[in-house]
Formats: sequence, structure tokens, C-alpha cells
Amino acid sequence: MRKLPSYDYIIEAKGVKKEFGFKAVLKGIDLQLKEGDFLALFGPNGAGKTTFIQILCSLMLPSSGKVCIAGFDPRSDREALCEMIGFVSHHTFLYPNLSAFENLKFYGMMYNVPALDEKIEKLLELVGLADFPNDQVQTFSRGMQQRLSLARAIIHDPMVLFLDEPYTGLDQLGAEDLKQILVEFRDKGKTIVMISHNLDKGLELCNRVAILKSGRVVYHEEISETKIDDFKPIYFNYTGKRPLPSQVVP
Amino acid sequence: MTKRIFEITFEVVTFLLMLAALYAIFIYAPIEKTMGIVQKIFYLHVPAAFLAFFAFFITFLASIVYLYKKDQKWDVIAYCSAEIGVLFCTIVLITGPIWAKPVWNVWWTWDPRLTTTLILWFIYLAYLMLRGVVRENQRANLSAVFGIIGFANVPITFFAIRLWRTIHPVIITSEGINISKPMKYTLLLTFCAFFLFFLSLLKNRIKLERLKIKTEKVRAVYEEIFSS
Amino acid sequence: MIFFRKLWAIVWKDLLSELRTKEMILSMCLFSFLVLIIFSFALGAEVMNLKTIVPGILWVVFIFSGLMGLGRAFGAERDRGTLPGLLLCPLSPWGIYLAKMVGTFIFTAIMEIFTLSIFIILFNLNLLPFLLPLGLIFFLGTLGFSAIGTLFSAMSAATKSRDTILSILVFPITVPMLIAAVKATETILAGKTVTEVYSPLKILIAFDLIYLLIAYLTFTFIIEE
Repeated sequence: MRKLPSYDYIIEAKGVKKEFGFKAVLKGIDLQLKEGDFLALFGPNGAGKTTFIQILCSLMLPSSGKVCIAGFDPRSDREALCEMIGFVSHHTFLYPNLSAFENLKFYGMMYNVPALDEKIEKLLELVGLADFPNDQVQTFSRGMQQRLSLARAIIHDPMVLFLDEPYTGLDQLGAEDLKQILVEFRDKGKTIVMISHNLDKGLELCNRVAILKSGRVVYHEEISETKIDDFKPIYFNYTGKRPLPSQVVP
Repeated sequence: MTKRIFEITFEVVTFLLMLAALYAIFIYAPIEKTMGIVQKIFYLHVPAAFLAFFAFFITFLASIVYLYKKDQKWDVIAYCSAEIGVLFCTIVLITGPIWAKPVWNVWWTWDPRLTTTLILWFIYLAYLMLRGVVRENQRANLSAVFGIIGFANVPITFFAIRLWRTIHPVIITSEGINISKPMKYTLLLTFCAFFLFFLSLLKNRIKLERLKIKTEKVRAVYEEIFSS
Repeated sequence: MIFFRKLWAIVWKDLLSELRTKEMILSMCLFSFLVLIIFSFALGAEVMNLKTIVPGILWVVFIFSGLMGLGRAFGAERDRGTLPGLLLCPLSPWGIYLAKMVGTFIFTAIMEIFTLSIFIILFNLNLLPFLLPLGLIFFLGTLGFSAIGTLFSAMSAATKSRDTILSILVFPITVPMLIAAVKATETILAGKTVTEVYSPLKILIAFDLIYLLIAYLTFTFIIEE
């Protein structure tokens, strides 16, 4: 078993900047999260939320600044870092002409998950897809695909879960399932960072809130027993935008 | 201030040397016995050939340093050198046939060096086209990798073409000239003149590219301020 | 060993995916068949089984059809949006490259075997006595082509006119491999001694090694953003 480095904060971003050509998308982000935190990240379109989370996932390198996840730096220990994190995006990262079982088998092999077949069975049951292991993913509805994507993201029991607008395209049932899984994940002591446009869903489970605007963190506080109505004016104040009405997206 | 003086001196020296080279080519150097006056294109062809490969060698080195240091200025050097290199490469490919036709009565000879230069030309073009179609955030990385791949290809291509020539034997060689002393000196002078000319072109092209980049930066900041 | 298991996972996934649709392999084989037919109409059927012309045509067909399959290596991943999923996995970029290269090699090899069979049937060639040395040359040539092709497939995956830039990048770089492979094939078919194959063989091996080395050193930079 590899000796893990010690760390104070499980997620640490210092002075993270990102430029695309001459356009600065992230202008210096500092963020620290302790193990077990659940951060809800809000912000208007174009604020840089997706870019930031992709940098945290090591899918992108920052133009400058430092990122540290569980003591690992994406520049030097990318593989170790990858084993620690899972990422759920509105892209499913699933192979459409492979079955649910085959998709999970592929990712399971890539993450070197032991006792893979049983793990896949358990996961499929967890996300409510146990009846469709051998159907090709392209036959699944959007909600089913998103649920399978979640299974893909947690197949290797990551310590940190990143979610980028995971509720997009989920029906009521799917949203309930996702919430259930997130609750279980959080209760196991794992760290979660979630981007959402939907204030309700975002605030339900989190213990910290941050707002990103124009590439900078303009608000980052611990929050307990949040009342959504308390937070709405804060959101409006910082972003000058009305938050999306809470809705269940079909 | 001293930098400016050095720059101006350099340009003046280059200019004078080119004039001297022109004089040497047309007046000083004798007319070759067998080939006639068209042989004088040799004084342009040979330095251009050297510079075509040298320029891509600079691209190769700059690409490696860029990947190591990730400093954009090396990407600028690689790009500008490739642009100027394609110019000299084109000169070689045009002067070659101009020389070959009156002397050997063929437009093109599959001489290994000339053919390798042709492949180099395609590699240059591929390099420039690649820069044209990729997105900005990947452009420097991908061009640098291709700069390395392209240059590594040159020696292998040369050996492969030498091998290929045994399939298509070529009777003509490019070494049919008797070189007398005045010709040697002229060649040396032209060589130096063109080398300085290359450096001058490179320096100015890099300066131009840096200005372009600065302008883009200013524009981006301007848009940022006035859009939010 | 875990490394090779992960490589196998990617190759398995690509093979499985292709087996489901068979789209790429069918188009590659059909294309090579068509090009062969066109060559025979253009050059005349008697010319086509001349030992001097067989190697050249064969390798040209291999490269043109191979180009069709190159885009698949990274193009499909990018189109289906699965490339980030692959990058999230704990595998070094070199591992991803190797796996994709093996996949490309397998598909190109299948196309080549098919093309060769058609060639033998259509033009009554007897290649059986040369099968082993020819196999070696085909292996080395296809390896070089896959090595270079996978590299450029990754580069061109993000661009607009993907197939055009892929062809422009691939052709000049594969010139030495093409020359060496054709020369070697011709030497073998002419029944010459083994020593005469050494020169082109050396070039092929050097080509493969150099580009695999460059891929090892630079692939990280191709996929990083």
C-alpha cells in the first residue's frame, strides 16, 4: 500500500489562474477544504466554475498557481491523484454502444478495482439499474445515463467527489437517488464539491458555500441548516443575478 | 540605447555585405566554363539550402526548450524561424529547377538532397497549417511536438531517399562544377551575407510577432474592462 | 503488470466497441478493395501482378486505407465526449498512447490482411513462400504507421477539419517508412538474399524506435490543456 502524504486540507488551491489565449478565466483562486466538507459552488455563467473544477480534477493544468488534492500535486502525482477523485459531469463519459456492465467493467479495470464483478452488481443496484446490465447505454434515457455515470464515478471509492451540474436532465426519481447517494457518501466522511445552478439542490446537503464571479471567489462561508431564503439575497447581492427558480428538470 | 546602436549597426553591416555579395557574384566571380552564366544561381541555391535546414533546426531546438520551460517566447522563436525557413526552402526548390533545366535539360532531379528539401518543405507547410487550425491554448504545445517530429524526420528521410535512388537511379549529380578560388571566396562571402540576412529577418519577424501578441493582450484587457 | 492490465482494458474496450458497429473496419476494407480495383483499371490488369509494381501499390493502398482508421483512435473519443473520462483514469499518458496505438495497429493489420488476400485472389499472386519475411516487414511498417498515426490522431482530434490536417501531417512523415517498406517488400518478392533486405530493414526499425521514443517523451504535452 502506498504511503499517503499528510495534509491539512484535502483540497487546496492557491493562487490558481487560468488563461485561454489572452482571456483570463480564473484570476487567482484560493480555496481550502477539510476532509468531510461538502462545498456547494455557485456563480453566474462564465464565472469559471467548470474550468476550476476541471483544474481540481487534473483534467486541465492551471496557467499558474498550485493545486493539492490529498497531498498530491496534479503535475507530479497525477496517477495517485486520479485514484483519489471521482468526477460526475453533465457529460456522462460513457461509451454509447457498450452495455452498462461493460462500461463499469472498463472503468473498474482502469481503476484496478478488486472483486470487480460483484462491485459492479452492487453499484448497479445502488443506482437502480440492476435490471439493465446488458443493455447498450445509448438505449438509456438521460436520467438512467446520469445515474450510471454516478456509478462510474464512485466505482473506485474515491475520497473526493466532484460534481458539475449533476442534476441536469434528472427526473424526480433520479434526483432523489442522486441525493440519497450523496448523503451516503457524505456520511462516510468523504469530501464533495458540487457545482449547481439550482440553489435548492445545492444547499440541501452542503456545509460550505462559495460563489464564483468573473474568475474570483467572492464569497466563501460555512453554512449550517441553511434556509434557502436566507441565502437568496446574499447570492443576488454578490452576483447581481437572480438565482434560478427551484424546479425539477424533466 | 546601446542595444539600439547595435541593432542598427547589424542591419547596416548586413546590407553592405549583401551588396558586396552581389558585386562578387556578378562581377568578381568568373563565368563557369561548362554551364555558363546560369551557374551563378549556385551562389543563391547553396546558402539558401543550408539556411532552410538551419532554420528548422532552430525550430527544433526552440520547440524542445519550449516544452521544457513553457515560456511563450520560445514558441515565438520556433514559429518565426519556421516561417523564414519555408521562404528559404521555396527559394531552393525554385532555383534548383532554374539551374537544372538549361544545364541538364530536366526540370527536376531526384537528387537526394533536393528531394529531402522537398519533403522538408512539406513538413514546414504541415507545421504552419497545424498552427492555423488548432485552438490557442494547445497551439504552442502541439506545434512544439510537431517541430520535434518534423526535424527528426529529416535525417531518416535522407537515408531512405538515398536507398530509394537505387530503385530509380539518377544519372545526374549536382557536383558537376569545377570550383576555382574566386568562386570559393564568392560562395563564402554570399554564405556570410545570407546568414546575416537570415538572422536579421528572424530578429525582425520575432519583434513583429511580439508586437502582435502585445496588441492582442491589450485588446483582451480593453474588452474585459468595457464589457463588465 | 497493472499497467498492462489497464492497457488491455482500453484495447478491449476499443475492440468491443468496433465489433458492435463494425463501421470503421468495414469502410477501411471496402475502401482498400475499391482502390485496388481502380488501380487495375488505371494501370491495366497485366501490369498489376508485375513483381516490380506490387509492393508500391500494396503500400499505397495500406496507407490510404490506414488513414481512414487513424481518425478513429482519438477522434471517436473526442466526438463522444469520453476523452476526459479516459484522462481521469490513473494511467500515464504514455499508457493511453500505447493502448491506442495497439488498437490502431490491430485494425490496420486486419485491413492489410484483407487487402493482401484480395490482391492474391485478383492478381493470381503466389506469396506463400515469402509469407514469413513479408510478415515481418508488414509488422514493422504497420507499427511505424500506427505509432505516427496515433500521435497525429491525438493532435488533430481537437481541430476543425480533422481528417484534412491528419493527412497533411501524416504523409510527409511516413515517406521514409513507405520507401523502406516498399524496397524491402520488393527485395523479398524478387527472391533476393536476406542481406539485401538489411538496409530497408534498418530504416524501418530506426523509424519505429525513434517515433516511439518521441511519443514517449512528448505525448503528455499533446493531451494536456
